[in-house]
Amino acid sequence: MIINGVTIDNTFAEAFNMRGTRVIITAQNLKWAYNGANAMTGFATSVIGCGVEAGIERELSPTETPDGRPGVTILMFAMGSAVLMKQLETRMGQCILTCPTAAAFSGIDSGYPEITRINLGKNLRFFGDGFQTSKQFGGKRYWRVPVMDGEFITEETTGMVRAVGGGNFLVLAESQPQALAACEAAIEAMRKIPNVIMPFPGGVVRSGSKVGSKYKSMFASTNDAFCPTLKGLTRTELSPGIESVMEIVIDGLTDADIRKATRAGIAAACELGAQNGIKRISAGNYGGKLGPFHFHLREIMNDESLGKKIA
Amino acid sequence: MSALTFTLKIQPRQRVDLSPLTPDNLADKPAAEIAAIELYSGKQKLRADTVFDIAGDDASNIVIANSCNKLDFIGHGMKTGRISIHGNAGSYLGLQMRNGEIVLHGDADAFAASGLSGGLIHIHGNVGDFLAAAIAGDKQGMKGGTVIVTGNAGERVGDQMRRGLLLVEGNVGSYCASRMLAGTIGVFGAVGEYAGYGMRHGTLLLTQTPALHATIQDCGLHTLPFLSLMFKSFSNLPTKFAKINKNRVQRYAGDLANDGKGEILVLQ
Repeated sequence: MIINGVTIDNTFAEAFNMRGTRVIITAQNLKWAYNGANAMTGFATSVIGCGVEAGIERELSPTETPDGRPGVTILMFAMGSAVLMKQLETRMGQCILTCPTAAAFSGIDSGYPEITRINLGKNLRFFGDGFQTSKQFGGKRYWRVPVMDGEFITEETTGMVRAVGGGNFLVLAESQPQALAACEAAIEAMRKIPNVIMPFPGGVVRSGSKVGSKYKSMFASTNDAFCPTLKGLTRTELSPGIESVMEIVIDGLTDADIRKATRAGIAAACELGAQNGIKRISAGNYGGKLGPFHFHLREIMNDESLGKKIA
Repeated sequence: MSALTFTLKIQPRQRVDLSPLTPDNLADKPAAEIAAIELYSGKQKLRADTVFDIAGDDASNIVIANSCNKLDFIGHGMKTGRISIHGNAGSYLGLQMRNGEIVLHGDADAFAASGLSGGLIHIHGNVGDFLAAAIAGDKQGMKGGTVIVTGNAGERVGDQMRRGLLLVEGNVGSYCASRMLAGTIGVFGAVGEYAGYGMRHGTLLLTQTPALHATIQDCGLHTLPFLSLMFKSFSNLPTKFAKINKNRVQRYAGDLANDGKGEILVLQ
């Protein structure tokens, strides 16, 4: 399969079950909503080292938020519910409670077969040292915690759902700037898709890994088969013209969301085409034995129900 | 199916206890059985059909027509359905009601909405004393649900109220929100003396500054974002509170003589 001169490999991305949640962060203006949300989703690129993978999903206009102020939505994913709950509470306490004018609300209340309520501000209320008060509106409980800028408002709980993490694709290009340009275009397109985040810096990761290492202490190490400088040394996956490979990792609330994002991203990267040095699109997997979700690239690019037609 | 309608046909000499006439209690009962229900009136028992003309068959939608202020305990403990009352109601309207809706087109007497824990009571008229307050022997008044009063209310509105939303569009008497435990009371008109007397928690929202007693303390002028959430949650309620879109308030806290975590917010 070739799109605009770019070869789509006959392979698939392998993804895993995760637990996911959404939080709405509002503030006096978007600038401060972003300040809070950026802090909360900072150092959250990979569950391996950060516990959670998190990112900003989208902006909300004042009419879309519970308190009528501008805001953003955050998606947060972890391998298990205990880690997710712990990380959510810690990050809420250090990043949103502290952020001037910020407030936090549940981002998942309906629309999924199984929603577990997890603590959002339930324990943060104790920061109020007895001066905290709760209010119930429309069946939801909110906490008002007195803080130095006024009051910190948070909903007591948010919804946690079964989600999917680790969807991915690789952009193989003739040069580093060209690979990055294609990834930037892909991320721009993918950020318009709801229910997904690309957790790495700017949405793109350059240090794709394989399972295992020559060193005992390492359980993952550099993916030498896709390292362009090792082409002559290892069993490479790269053809001679490829000088740089970058990966986009996708976490989503459902596998359908990841499919849509994958298609939008690959389509945007392919729009730059072979004339801009984009040679191939591939994907990372573990032979299909580890993850229950397989995202076959060619199948996704052929499925027109997932997005606009691709030339 | 038409609404099950009870039209009062006598002038009761004593108060009549209407607590058996709730939608859950009358569901699936044949007309003859409903007619034979006995209603306490003092030490007497009166058959329902000697007090009312009974028509209709939809027990989930009960109408009490030609009502008067001697009919007590309307909607007592009801869990579902709707009761509409045309005329006045006696005391204990919606006592310990759990869900459903009561709409009163007239005035109610004392202890309306006492022990209410869910549902809506909408009173198009005035209410007597002890609205949403605890009855003697109870430690908590209203425990949930929503009450809207378009007219005035008497003294001790929300006494020992525990949770829920109580909105009075007119004026209220003295000791409003006294000994209040939690919840929200809104009063559009004036309030009498000793508002928030013995208040422990909860919010009393006012549009004009009342005369406050010494143990209610001024905490200053503030913009409180939770008020936006609150007024947004009012948007589906049939009340003029839904049209308020302000979150600038003078905050008074108290009653310091009793824990002092309650608040009186006066909209600016």
